[in-house]
Amino acid sequence: MIYQDSRTLLEVRGLRATVSGIEILKGLDFTVNSGEVHAIMGPNGSGKSTFAKVLAGHPAYTVTGGTVSFMGRNLFDLAPEERARAGVFLAFQYPIEIPGVANSQFLRLAYNTLQAQRGKDELDPLEFDDFVREKMKLLEMNPDFLDRSVNEGFSGGEKKRNEILQMAILEPRLAILDETDSGLDIDALRIVSQGVNQLANPESATVLVTHYQRLLNYIVPDFVHVMEAGRIIKTGGKELALELETRGYDWVGAEHLEQEAAGRVAA
Amino acid sequence: MSAVLQNLVNQPYKHGFVTDIESDVAPRGLSEETILMISAKKQEPEWLLDFRLKAYRQWLTMVEPAWPNVKYPPIDFQEISYYAAPKPKKKLSSMDEVDPELLRTFEKLGVPMHERAALAGVAVDVIFDSVSVTTTYKHKLAEVGIIFGSISEAVHEHPELVKKYLGSVVPVGDNFYAALNSAVFTDGSFCFIPKGVKCPMDLSTYFRINTEGSGQFERTLIIAEEGASVSYLEGCTAPRFDTNQLHAAVVELIALDNADIKYSTVQNWYAGDESGVGGIYNFVTKRGLCRGVNSRISWTQVETGSAITWKYPSCVLLGDNSVGEFYSVAVTNHHQQADTGTKMIHIGRNTRSTIVSKGISAGLSNNSYRGLVKVAPSAEGARNYSQCDSMLIGDRCSANTFPYIQVRNNRAKVEHEASTSKIGEDQLFLFAQRGIGAEEAVSMIINGFCKDVFQQLPMEFAVEATKLLGFKLEGSVG
Ligand SMILES: Nc1ncnc2c1ncn2[C@@H]1O[C@H](COP(=O)(O)OP(=O)(O)OP(=O)(O)O)[C@@H](O)[C@H]1O
Ligand SMILES: [Mg+2]
Repeated sequence: MIYQDSRTLLEVRGLRATVSGIEILKGLDFTVNSGEVHAIMGPNGSGKSTFAKVLAGHPAYTVTGGTVSFMGRNLFDLAPEERARAGVFLAFQYPIEIPGVANSQFLRLAYNTLQAQRGKDELDPLEFDDFVREKMKLLEMNPDFLDRSVNEGFSGGEKKRNEILQMAILEPRLAILDETDSGLDIDALRIVSQGVNQLANPESATVLVTHYQRLLNYIVPDFVHVMEAGRIIKTGGKELALELETRGYDWVGAEHLEQEAAGRVAA
Repeated sequence: MSAVLQNLVNQPYKHGFVTDIESDVAPRGLSEETILMISAKKQEPEWLLDFRLKAYRQWLTMVEPAWPNVKYPPIDFQEISYYAAPKPKKKLSSMDEVDPELLRTFEKLGVPMHERAALAGVAVDVIFDSVSVTTTYKHKLAEVGIIFGSISEAVHEHPELVKKYLGSVVPVGDNFYAALNSAVFTDGSFCFIPKGVKCPMDLSTYFRINTEGSGQFERTLIIAEEGASVSYLEGCTAPRFDTNQLHAAVVELIALDNADIKYSTVQNWYAGDESGVGGIYNFVTKRGLCRGVNSRISWTQVETGSAITWKYPSCVLLGDNSVGEFYSVAVTNHHQQADTGTKMIHIGRNTRSTIVSKGISAGLSNNSYRGLVKVAPSAEGARNYSQCDSMLIGDRCSANTFPYIQVRNNRAKVEHEASTSKIGEDQLFLFAQRGIGAEEAVSMIINGFCKDVFQQLPMEFAVEATKLLGFKLEGSVG
């Protein structure tokens, strides 16, 4: 497809991907315009995290078909770090630890790499310290986390908050938050959601992967998608999430099968 | 392992070149005649010849140690040339008199001597193929009574000191390689800090092996008298050859009451090529004796080179309240093998020791930590803390830890911690996802991993060590 709408940020068509030779994504279509919030829901193992990691360029996954354009460029032409610098951000479902590397050091390197890319000034450790403390205030994070090794010994919720801190520092165009809500306590959920909302702007977009309607009370989606077996099988408005909460996923799958069957008959 | 990681750990050796200086090389082989020749060439006194012959005779009865976790074909000791010296033209009294070819070599090595010496206040005792060529700052040091120069000179100028201490920490028959060294050592450094003197600058020696097939047998002796203190830096680089060269040095440190010796090494001998051809066999005996009360000996080493490393800088804690420390980073890549660690022998009361070892393996290499903590019944109140961490880069290398703990005083406190981690695809992906390339990511992870050891290095050396690890583990990405 040609990049027509200047608001189109991400356009995914017929995406197929495998891991260890097993096909996980089986022809996935998905479009995100700037300014939008999308939620992707779906049963465990349906391929949500796989989709997120394929977009970010995780080397374990092999793209076997389809196209993805990001801001008009073929995303697959870019190395993982180039995608990040172009504005693709993934908040990990399971953030990993990097022992021995101070959080502040890691955050500053990430920030300065991006600044250099954007042709802007890099910050020295002192300037960066002021900058990052402001961002931490927004997320009500204790500055002590700066001196600790990246994610090492962080609680589940602390790790998630640290992911959002990284997002706040890097100000991505497309933020994909993979189950950032799971593991957060009630207050943290509200604080983190407020943070995400404050970071939102008309140029950027957010994709929330979640199992719970709860998060969507705070960050209200424009679209809710249901993923199953590696494809988006239904898309609706924010009320779809409420419906899923009460009825589960089975009916969506059944409905999808019917539609497919009808489609085949019509063809 | 990903292609990125593969490339990252493959970086050609930067110091591979041979300087064309006429060498005075002994014929290959070892016999009493060889030793007589070495001793004669060096115009040594009788007692030193006796020392050598005694060592040689003991060596003949010994066998090579088979316990290290390393593999190599048998060494033919009759194939080695035991003496190589650049032909001295005359006694050198200033840098201008040094062979310009030699100076160019040092430049290629990145050892800008006068600058290094002048700017950083470091005295550089340059060892070139076993013979000391020039000593800087010697004069300044002499003013406070410090003797710093080659051990050959010291044999002539301070025979009573050399005779008293040589072999007092590492006896001639200590082990196979120490015996060999005692028989044939050609040169090395000698350092004496008299009572109450704090050495005003770091003392530094650059070693370099330059003749193909010549074994290098250095002998270093450092003595700190009562209340004295010194920080000594040893840097090593050797050019590349396809044959394996043997390097069997002996270093002895002696600290008397309240004395303090800090010995730092950055070792970057040629490690062989990517398929494991060539490289130095580095079989070294380093030991310090805390002879006096409240004395302290601290070893810090960054080992990045050599095909095989077999080295256990140790401390014998004889004096009450004496302290032994060992901080080590050992990096192996390609086909390198390292079996390194330390021995802490607690004999005096309230003796304390700390061991921090960081092993990094990449490629097909094998990296072992081997450490002994021994507490004698007399070592009332002894304490040891050991921490041994291994890091694997890729999945075709290996790391091992062999801690030996022998405690014969039941009030002693001995703690041992160990960990193994791996720079995996997921860690690198996290960095990449935040815009950081693989080279920078690996360098940040490795520097974080080695932090506790690098902190112990003098500033200059820390910078150098960080760079070396960079050369060693980074390459062209993608
Ligand atoms: N390395 C792998 N080898 C084999 N199967 C894998 C591998 N990685 C992921 N999978 C499989 O791919 C499928 C999709 O996994 P994914 O993590 O994308 O699911 P998800 O929708 O995010 O699930 P959840 O809601 O539980 O987070 C799962 O069945 C998973 O077991
Ligand atoms: Mg998931």
